[in-house]
Amino acid sequence: MAKTIDARGFSCPQPVMMTLDGISATDNGEIVVLVDNEAARENVIRAAASQGWLATDIQSENDEYRITMAKG
Amino acid sequence: MFSKNYFVTPWGIIAVGILIGIFAALLQKWGNPGNMGICVACFERDIAGALGLHRAAVVQYIRPEIIGFVLGSLISSLLFKEFRSRGGSSPIVRYMLGVFAMIGALVFLGCPWRAILRLAGGDGNAIFGLLGLITGIWIATFFMRSGYDLGRSHKTYTSAGWILPITMLGFLVLLLLFPYVPGQDRSGILFYSIKGPGAMHAPLIVSLAIGLGVGFLAQRSRFCTMGAFRDLILFRQVHLFLGVMALLIAAWITNFVAGQFHPGFENQPVAHTMAFWNFAGMLVAGMAFALAGGCPGRQLFMAGEGDGDAAVFCLGMITGAGLAHNFGLASSPKGIGPYGVAAVVIGFLFCLFIGFTMRRKAA
Repeated sequence: MAKTIDARGFSCPQPVMMTLDGISATDNGEIVVLVDNEAARENVIRAAASQGWLATDIQSENDEYRITMAKG
Repeated sequence: MFSKNYFVTPWGIIAVGILIGIFAALLQKWGNPGNMGICVACFERDIAGALGLHRAAVVQYIRPEIIGFVLGSLISSLLFKEFRSRGGSSPIVRYMLGVFAMIGALVFLGCPWRAILRLAGGDGNAIFGLLGLITGIWIATFFMRSGYDLGRSHKTYTSAGWILPITMLGFLVLLLLFPYVPGQDRSGILFYSIKGPGAMHAPLIVSLAIGLGVGFLAQRSRFCTMGAFRDLILFRQVHLFLGVMALLIAAWITNFVAGQFHPGFENQPVAHTMAFWNFAGMLVAGMAFALAGGCPGRQLFMAGEGDGDAAVFCLGMITGAGLAHNFGLASSPKGIGPYGVAAVVIGFLFCLFIGFTMRRKAA
């Protein structure tokens, strides 16, 4: 089960910091990040990419995004 | 699945920085004060003066650029379905951060945008301001690393997100109802400057159009002059920094071509030469912007997207401008105001208090 990070309600830098913390803490190569604004979505994906993690799935519902990312 | 937003690519943000830099420098050519093509702090201060919240006669004008920033961002966020009414993330703290951000900026005489434009115009004093800004942001990143945040915001009624945009529309209506009458310091309920920086402005329609364009592009690209340095310090990420560098270089070249580049420290427009206080004022402002999550421009753009907390920060800045001029905290080209030192110390202590006490690990 991938670790889920709930960054809804936060503006950057918090979602990015939470994502990077999650990446360094997980050991199964997959995390899920929940955000509720486009800037956070873009920043989380950009920051994860800098660590070699890629978004494998992005689900959108009620103005919220569920981003699944895996170690590339 | 999602339409690609080209403005958040490296070339996108560079293009936005270049456009802002060129038009900011041109606004000076077209009437705005020297090295003040765009200054969010100065312009909100001028709005405070036009409304009579302070009575510094030389800085009173409802700046259409500010109206344009909010409405341009509103239009863009509605068009691209990014408008979200939200709020409730420590509004009182954001309000006071706005107050002290403005006071710090007025000790330096400019916000981060103007610090960059001052440098692009050859004003060496801006170097101390920018160093202060970076130091203030750097201090704030220590709090962020140890769990600082202002808490989650929450979705709210759509109308709540419209409050600041509607207020800006109201300012525009006032500006049209009570236009400037040459030589008169009042028109209807508005105050105007007949000399000084408040009397220097590009034509209303030009200022408004550029403001709308900048608001639109900045909303798309998430342009932020504080985030540029914060992301560099926190994450070694250059994305927003590219935009700020593009702004600096584009404004510098435009100034050079337009004959507006005058290198030096003395007699720079709307600036003083007290290096330490240029540094310290901007340090407080930088901390406050970083703790609140955005430079004063970004706060206006987020307010245009429906962020009520950013709107509260903007109102805090306008309040701070009133206090800064009423209490003699703001600087002038002669130097710092009589109570400027005390204000910088109090602002610094306030930012430390917020940073230390609002950490999840400390709570």
